[in-house]
Amino acid sequence: MSAGPMSTRPMPASHNLGPVDQIPFGEGRAFGVDGEQVAVFRLRDGSLRALSAVCPHKGGPIADGTIDRQVVMCPLHQHAFELDTGCSTTGAESLRTYDIQIDPAQNIILQSIQGAGNYSA
Amino acid sequence: MTSVMERPQGRHLGGAPRRRLVVVGNGMAGARAVEEILARGGVNQFTITMFGDEPYGNYNRIMLSHVLSGEESDADIFLNSLSWYGENSITLHAGVRVDRIDKSTKHVFSNDGRVTPYDTLIIATGSRSHMPPMDGLYTPAGSVKHGVFGFRTIDDTRRMVQHAQQEHHRRAVVIGGGLLGLEAAYGLKNHGIEVEVVHSGGHLMNAQMGPDGGAVLRMSVEALGIRVHTNSRTTAVLGMDRVSGVSLRHREDIACDMVVVAAGIRPNVDLAVLSGLPVERAIVVDDQLRVQDEDDIYAVGECVQHRGEVYGLVAPLWEQAVVLANHVTGADTSSAYLGSRTATKLKVAGVEVASMGLHGPELDTDEHIVFSEPSRGVFKSIVVRDNKMVGATLLGDSRKVAYLTQAYDRGLPLPAERIALMFDVGGPGEDVGVAELDDVAQVCNCNGVSKGALVAAVKGGCTSVSGAMDATRAGKGCGSCKLLVKQVVEWAADFAVEEDPAASYYVPGIPLDKPALMAAIRKQGLRSVSQVFSALAPGKAEDAKSKMGLASLLKMMLADQYIDERDARFINDRVHANIQRDGTFSVVPQMMGGVTSVQQLRRIADVAEKHHVPLIKLTGGQRIDLLGIPKEDLPQVWADLDMPSGYAYGKSFRTVKTCVGKDFCRYGTGDSTKLGIEIESRFQGIESPAKLKLAVSGCPRNCAESLVKDVGVVAVEGGRWELYVGGAAGAHIRKGDLLATVDDPEEVKLLTGRFMQYYREQANWLERTYAFVPRVGIEHLRAVIVEDSEGSAGRLDAAMQASVDSYVDPWSERDDPLTPGQFRTSLPLTVLPQVPVR
Ligand SMILES: Cc1cc2nc3c(=O)[nH]c(=O)nc-3n(C[C@H](O)[C@H](O)[C@H](O)COP(=O)(O)OP(=O)(O)OC[C@H]3O[C@@H](n4cnc5c(N)ncnc54)[C@H](O)[C@@H]3O)c2cc1C
Ligand code: HEM
Ligand code: SF4
Ligand code: FES
Repeated sequence: MSAGPMSTRPMPASHNLGPVDQIPFGEGRAFGVDGEQVAVFRLRDGSLRALSAVCPHKGGPIADGTIDRQVVMCPLHQHAFELDTGCSTTGAESLRTYDIQIDPAQNIILQSIQGAGNYSA
Repeated sequence: MTSVMERPQGRHLGGAPRRRLVVVGNGMAGARAVEEILARGGVNQFTITMFGDEPYGNYNRIMLSHVLSGEESDADIFLNSLSWYGENSITLHAGVRVDRIDKSTKHVFSNDGRVTPYDTLIIATGSRSHMPPMDGLYTPAGSVKHGVFGFRTIDDTRRMVQHAQQEHHRRAVVIGGGLLGLEAAYGLKNHGIEVEVVHSGGHLMNAQMGPDGGAVLRMSVEALGIRVHTNSRTTAVLGMDRVSGVSLRHREDIACDMVVVAAGIRPNVDLAVLSGLPVERAIVVDDQLRVQDEDDIYAVGECVQHRGEVYGLVAPLWEQAVVLANHVTGADTSSAYLGSRTATKLKVAGVEVASMGLHGPELDTDEHIVFSEPSRGVFKSIVVRDNKMVGATLLGDSRKVAYLTQAYDRGLPLPAERIALMFDVGGPGEDVGVAELDDVAQVCNCNGVSKGALVAAVKGGCTSVSGAMDATRAGKGCGSCKLLVKQVVEWAADFAVEEDPAASYYVPGIPLDKPALMAAIRKQGLRSVSQVFSALAPGKAEDAKSKMGLASLLKMMLADQYIDERDARFINDRVHANIQRDGTFSVVPQMMGGVTSVQQLRRIADVAEKHHVPLIKLTGGQRIDLLGIPKEDLPQVWADLDMPSGYAYGKSFRTVKTCVGKDFCRYGTGDSTKLGIEIESRFQGIESPAKLKLAVSGCPRNCAESLVKDVGVVAVEGGRWELYVGGAAGAHIRKGDLLATVDDPEEVKLLTGRFMQYYREQANWLERTYAFVPRVGIEHLRAVIVEDSEGSAGRLDAAMQASVDSYVDPWSERDDPLTPGQFRTSLPLTVLPQVPVR
């Protein structure tokens, strides 16, 4: 994931979203962070991806989508978005992506919303 | 403004000096003519100079409607950028108008003082908006009053958008209820402006259709919130220095802040008239597009009159440009333009409109077939004379247009059952229409793309719809033909697909058809969707689009041996409810055979009240739907209901609709209600490649509509039951085929189960029975299912029994969620539009 300009600063705000096992493999769950809605997915290989939770098409709940290793498909009209970049493969607008990690205590850590994410065009 | 692309020097290839080609008018026809000339090697023959009154390169005028409505940005509609002119050694004088032609000395004079010599001249000056006579249109100084607009150019459009976006401008009047007027009204409406259309004719679009069609169109237009006044002539524009309203003859004035005049167009012929060229309604040309009695002057586009006709749509211009280029370059001197057919296909204010030939019957012997469904905005009218189609109007549903256009153009003999002209009767059959289509039949009227051209593009490797559209420009004009383009490409790709196996894959991510996939799953003992991906997918790659189909197939094959990975399910199947547009869900409890009780009704009422259910609705399947339930409330709602799921969300057996039957109905010959309940309780929740909807009726009056169900049962006299399969009454209409007539309700249940199991095993993913049954054929089904010709009956029955036995009510998960956060909201801050409360 590309780091935005702010993440090079010494104090990136990070948010602990709690234990990773709130998210079943292959599914997503939504979190409210700093007034934004973030969909966090846990791939079948265990890695995490985070994107904005509201579909740019008609506001569909992205966290309820179906995923594989590359994309998430919105449940309402099946627009697909790359999990890594947020770019739509079906011609919709992009979703924002966020930096996300699992810490040694198996908690989900979302990096500072201001700056660390990228808007992919 | 003059921007001149000086042509690179020293390009020409020795030999004869190139002739000077001058083009007046840089619109759709002028630019297309030049493109056609270039395509015939024009660069080596000519130095090309173009004059355009508008200070831009060349753009797609049709798309101005979309620019006005905001669906397209004005930057996106340019066809050729300024650099294109440079690359093709064309000198463009943009923003320069030609005032006069001296045909004896062969020079044109333009308003920047330039005198340009030509050897060959093309006039393509197009048309302008017609301003009908009325008071107050102009200021005393002679300019059009502030707030009055024509609708012709990109500048007109930009000015309109700007005016409409000013806060205090709220109301507009559009004068003219034809194509342009309705497009203008629609576009302005999108800016939140209140729009009224004032039309002097008796009905809308009277050039394209008769009064009945016009009435249906009017309802569609009014449904958009646009008011329509027909038979109304505007007599004056009110207001001193800016518009304040319009006056109508014999009607009250209408107050408004802007007026769009869309009362027709007039060819731009001033230049031709001033220069002594033959002009009637427009510039008169012969079959070679040469101006009458001139050797070196051609004309093309809306500014020409050919054999008495003046055209106002782009399709004829494309045909003209080809013939003109053939003559100007000498590529084909036998080429002739014989006029264009008048079949038009448009999208106006979001409504599909197609019209050709007569609008209504003229002779006593003419047949007139009319279908009208105003609530959906659909109207179809066809005029038949001597078994030939001589006219048609289609509104709101243009699926048969391609076929009708061909029947009209070529005078094809018509089906005896005339309704087949209007609808695909029986079967999905859309492709039949496309297959019947002739190669030369035009699919995209805007860009003049034939079926043959599209097929060639597909054969040339453009197997995606968008690829073929890019390659041919089909569908890139008004967009109304996109559905047909898609059908043609799919049809053409299907043919290539004989070698391309991808189309036969059961799911896109596993390169196997259904029998091979099922065999591989059995042989390797695969039991979950992720196992299937790692064993059978190329590169072990998961595929989101394949998950749901695989989950359903595995469950069908393995029943309780299936390892149910929840991420393979679609959200509906994860939470056992149907997702709604705002992310909430609908809850439909089981109500077998549509029969309920006081207790059930009371409980449903209590639940709806307790949970403030926004909408309670009866479904088409004879159940009660509670809509607008947030995901996190689902378990509590189910607990409070304490009823099993009605499966209104899955690709599965849904419901059995029943009629009253013999216990109450005085016509009833069989106990339809009882049988329906028994069928539903036996097969509840069975998953299948697509949904299954059933019905049982107590007599041939068929109140439960059994003939249009996936499986439909009808009691007939003598205690017998008829079993129909493959019916549909949704997106497609099909009457089911009679599978068997049996004596015993038990036999009905057995055959129903055996048919459904065969369908589950054989049908493609998402292939409804209405497509499956005609594909395999009813005779074959009868043989396998009723006569057991393959000896498989016992196995099918056993497989179905295993599925029946593994049934568990999914709503029992309420007490013990299967995955963490199964019912957690996905919209933590819920900001989405809510389903309105009734
Ligand atoms: C809003 C709108 C929607 C439309 N929708 C559709 C549709 O859906 N389907 C359809 O088939 N058709 C549609 N049309 C009609 C279509 O746009 C015209 O048929 C087509 O543009 C005509 O091409 P043309 O080259 O003859 O004229 P134009 O495109 O008008 O080109 C003529 C050009 O010549 C220039 N010119 C004129 N006189 C001079 C001069 N003396 N010197 C230099 N330059 C000059 C003009 O400025 C203009 O740029 C629509 C038109 C409009 C305005
Ligand atoms: C005396 C004779 C009849 C009786 C008692 C009868 C009774 C009923 C009843 C009770 C319903 C259910 C209404 C509801 O769900 O709101 C119904 C629906 C219907 N009836 Fe009849 N009916 C009779 C004759 C007919 C006939 C002759 C036809 C057709 C030719 C017909 C066509 C229908 C249809 C299409 C429905 C709608 C089914 C549905 O909503 O699912 N009925 N009828
Ligand atoms: S189908 Fe026949 S038995 Fe059933 S309600 Fe209608 S009329 Fe009565
Ligand atoms: S809302 Fe996501 S695809 Fe339509």
